Amino acid sequence: MSKYLVVVAVGVAMGVMARLFMLRVDYRQYPSYPQGYLIHLSLGLIASFLGAVAMPALIAREYTAVTFLALAAQQFRDIREMERKSLENIEDTELVPRGSAYIEDIAKAFESRNYLAILTSLFTSLVLQFSNNIPVTILSGMAIILVLSLMARRKKINDIAVVRPARIRFENSLLCVDNIAIMNVGHPDSRKIIKEQGLAVMIEPKDDNARATLSNAGQRQAIVHDVASLLGVKRDVTDVDFMPLARLDLDTGRVGLVIVPMERDMESLMEAVKRVPVLESSRRKPLESFAGKQAAD
Amino acid sequence: MDNIGIKEAILAIVTLDKQQPASGVPVFYARDEKERDKIAMYLSKILSAMTHDLENGTYIIVRH
Repeated sequence: MSKYLVVVAVGVAMGVMARLFMLRVDYRQYPSYPQGYLIHLSLGLIASFLGAVAMPALIAREYTAVTFLALAAQQFRDIREMERKSLENIEDTELVPRGSAYIEDIAKAFESRNYLAILTSLFTSLVLQFSNNIPVTILSGMAIILVLSLMARRKKINDIAVVRPARIRFENSLLCVDNIAIMNVGHPDSRKIIKEQGLAVMIEPKDDNARATLSNAGQRQAIVHDVASLLGVKRDVTDVDFMPLARLDLDTGRVGLVIVPMERDMESLMEAVKRVPVLESSRRKPLESFAGKQAAD
Repeated sequence: MDNIGIKEAILAIVTLDKQQPASGVPVFYARDEKERDKIAMYLSKILSAMTHDLENGTYIIVRH
């Protein structure tokens, strides 16, 4: 009996560690309120407990206990719903909205991380059950946490595109970034502010897959949101003129991004763009298909 | 349609062109460019909308 207790305890501990590790990785996009942290830690605890008891239950011939895992999966689907709802609710209060694609992606990440906690605790309890060696179990638990988090790691814009500084100019009232027309800015004062305080970058896709990904409106909104939240944006709810925008050059697939930031620093702007995650829901791979390859010629 | 703008609406027109016919949208006639810019600025602040320049003496105030 007490042996099972040790197995479960170690499994739970490793599962919670996995969840904690993911929370740390996740910090930038995470709305970092202490309550949210607590919610996800406790859900991670429950998840890892479910994972940890599965193995001892099997060995004790309590097969029905394993069906709890199925129940757990059902429960954890609600986490996605919860994250989505809360992010959608605060969307109106964001100066630069995340966009539905980004929200969906964040919600999905939160759900999957609980499954990672379950898998970790399941795996470590399995190892301890058969090896009877706690240090080995902890080491293998850490290894599985690393492997799983590497598997779940998303690509960054840096991996699919080249980011370089670009020039803001006006063709009469049309705001352009290099040769990409962004929008018509009517008021002369706004034009002056954008010209003096604005920054622009060009995001050039590395191949046709990247081009298709960058053309997704949700991906571009995610870039704009992340950049605005890292560098700040010089606008209030009534200043529509200074809404940062990312627009596409239809001929080349390049994306021009313009923003009037609080901190006018080109280096950090480029760094911020490079670190934006490539959204799962925006990712396209036309080159993997026959038709896509033919069309690319 | 969160990410795509198909929700624009012209809220007002500010123009120097006295011949501009009013139809369906409030039209503000300005005496000179300075007054036009000022009216446009006030309107876009009040309406949380954006000023666009049609480059024929007419500004439109558009909600995005």
